[in-house]
Amino acid sequence: MIGLTHYLIVSAIIFSIGLVGVLRRRNLLMLFFATEVMLNAVNIAFAAISHYYNDLTGQMFAFFIIAIAASEVAVGLGLLIVLYKKYGSLDLDDLANMKG
Amino acid sequence: MENFVYIALFAPFASSMFAALFGMSPKQTFVGVIASLLLFTSFLASASLAFYIWTTGQTIHVTMMEWISAGDLTIPFGFLVDQVSVTMMTVVTLVSTVVHIYSIGYMDHDKSFNRFFSYLSAFVFSMMILVMSDNFAGLFIGWEGVGVCSWLLIGFWYHKADVSREENPSISPSWAANEAFIVNRIADLGMLVGLFIIYWNVGSLQYDVVFATLPDLSGSVLNAAAIALFIGAMGKSAQFPLHTWLTDAMEGPTPVSALIHAATMVTAGVFLVIRANPLFSVTPEVSYFIAALGTFVAFFAASMALVNRDLKRIIAFSTLSQLGYMFAAAGLGAYWIALFHLAAHAFFKALLFLGAGNVMHAMDGELDIFKMGGLKKPMRWTYLYMGLASLALAGIPFFAGFFSKDAIIETAWNEGTIVLWAILVVTAGMTAFYSFRQVFLTFHGKARYDESSLHPHEMYKFVLIAMSPLAILAVVAGFGMSGFEHFITKLLPDYHMSEHTHHIAWILGLVVLVFAVGGIVLAYKKYANGLKRDEKCENSFIYKLLANQYYIPQLYEEVITKPYAMLSEHMWKDIDMKIVDTTVDGIAKFLYKSGDGTRKMQTGNLSNYLNWMAVGSVLLLVVAAISAMFV
Repeated sequence: MIGLTHYLIVSAIIFSIGLVGVLRRRNLLMLFFATEVMLNAVNIAFAAISHYYNDLTGQMFAFFIIAIAASEVAVGLGLLIVLYKKYGSLDLDDLANMKG
Repeated sequence: MENFVYIALFAPFASSMFAALFGMSPKQTFVGVIASLLLFTSFLASASLAFYIWTTGQTIHVTMMEWISAGDLTIPFGFLVDQVSVTMMTVVTLVSTVVHIYSIGYMDHDKSFNRFFSYLSAFVFSMMILVMSDNFAGLFIGWEGVGVCSWLLIGFWYHKADVSREENPSISPSWAANEAFIVNRIADLGMLVGLFIIYWNVGSLQYDVVFATLPDLSGSVLNAAAIALFIGAMGKSAQFPLHTWLTDAMEGPTPVSALIHAATMVTAGVFLVIRANPLFSVTPEVSYFIAALGTFVAFFAASMALVNRDLKRIIAFSTLSQLGYMFAAAGLGAYWIALFHLAAHAFFKALLFLGAGNVMHAMDGELDIFKMGGLKKPMRWTYLYMGLASLALAGIPFFAGFFSKDAIIETAWNEGTIVLWAILVVTAGMTAFYSFRQVFLTFHGKARYDESSLHPHEMYKFVLIAMSPLAILAVVAGFGMSGFEHFITKLLPDYHMSEHTHHIAWILGLVVLVFAVGGIVLAYKKYANGLKRDEKCENSFIYKLLANQYYIPQLYEEVITKPYAMLSEHMWKDIDMKIVDTTVDGIAKFLYKSGDGTRKMQTGNLSNYLNWMAVGSVLLLVVAAISAMFV
């Protein structure tokens, strides 16, 4: 029988994968994908807990997150295109021009 | 009548503010004229108040506004015009008016003419607050106000450089101003403590409330309050051991010396003792100490005046000596006689100083009486004025000083304090000697200055006319004595000579007179025909001791000033630099170093930042988890 624990473990694993992606990846586009992965890990946790408590609020919140993620991608991708046009690269090591 | 109170008080303030408007601009004669007119207005208002109180016998008590009101403490801006304060007001405004007019002539060539009038009027305003206030707090405000104005005016020629003590005993105007200010601060601490003691035990600083509760207070409290207040009076009135500043204060312009350091401010201490007479009359030990100290100072200062060569310093020592007389009278319980001597002294001493100013003006700033002589001819009026003032000071019959000083000496006899009486009598002889030594050396004999380059000239006419009221009062003020007694004893305790003293009063008077005339004759013999230097006498120990003011300034410098400077330097180098500064610098250095160290985090690489962010989040998570475990 698959219970809440399993869902949460999956969610934690996916979140960790996303976090490692954020920390290790050098390409901005890949960072975006990694954040999406993390957001969806959270969505899984929300949906599972919502079901467990029989409370729809968590699922509603998951929808909100999906909506925000979508708009974020729309804005973010636009910025990435501008950035790419300006510098010809999306590699973070190339974009480091704010060194203190 | 209330309006007259405000006019008397605020006319000098208006004058000061008006003159201050032109403080930075070049000399404008009208500033001096308007200031003098406003001061004259103040005098007229004071005189009308005096007349009103004289005829009706009523005192005026007004409260202008609430000043401090916090918890149980209420101090109003209240003014009390009674017999004592109206006497002071009239004397102060009269002398101030004369001095203001005099200054128009005396400060004629000074480029800070306007500034001078601003300070001078500000002084009069402070003095009026001091004498008119109906509580100790207001008195203290005036007390500090006159202190500040005195500082400003002594150091009026602040640009003069410091010189050695041998060249000029008061070093420089700014040095003298600071000395006066600092010495007064020391005494003011005593005064403040006195006010605190009074407030602590009475719960009010209003004169009437304080004096009404005096019988309920214990003897030790009364003694403590009286001693503390008298310490304040000692500073302002330059009593030993806080006397050195007064002679150094002669660095200020001469009108200042006449107004502040002879007629008004220095008598504030005497005024305080008279004002607080209910307190001092229930503390006989303190009062006796005041009388003894006053007598000592009278003699001590007169002895220094005997050999001094500086025209203004001689008069300053004489002021000191006369203040001693006033304290002697006040300490012996003859408050009204002290006040009468205060008023009479204000007239003839201001006149003497203004005369000295004329001489100084004529001699191009020279003050050494050994380098004068023969000024009788070119300066006939000044000679007359200074002669009259000196006669009054010496206590020659029918001049003002005769009545007041004789009464003080008689009081000393009447109280049975024969030692004080004897000292005061001898001092009267010394007073006569040094006053006339100065007059003869200045005006008689042959000229000892360089006649080819210096042509002494008399002061302006209007100045001489302005001085005449003082001259008239120096001559006739004594005749008002019984009237004054009748007037003032409505408020102050009356003091009567015993039957026995009354009988022999003429003998006592004669003894004083013999000493006074003896002093004058001696001075005449020695100095009237010019100066004969006596090497043997001048090199004697006593002469040197007196000429160097008993080496007290030097002693203070060695015992107080220099160790204090050393201590300050020690504090600066060891405590301030090594402890305080090092701590502050340490904090700054730590911030700099930590900033510099963590600067490397800022690589500009987003990936690194995200790593740091993750580290921070993990740390926060750990902290949250740990704290959750413990709750």
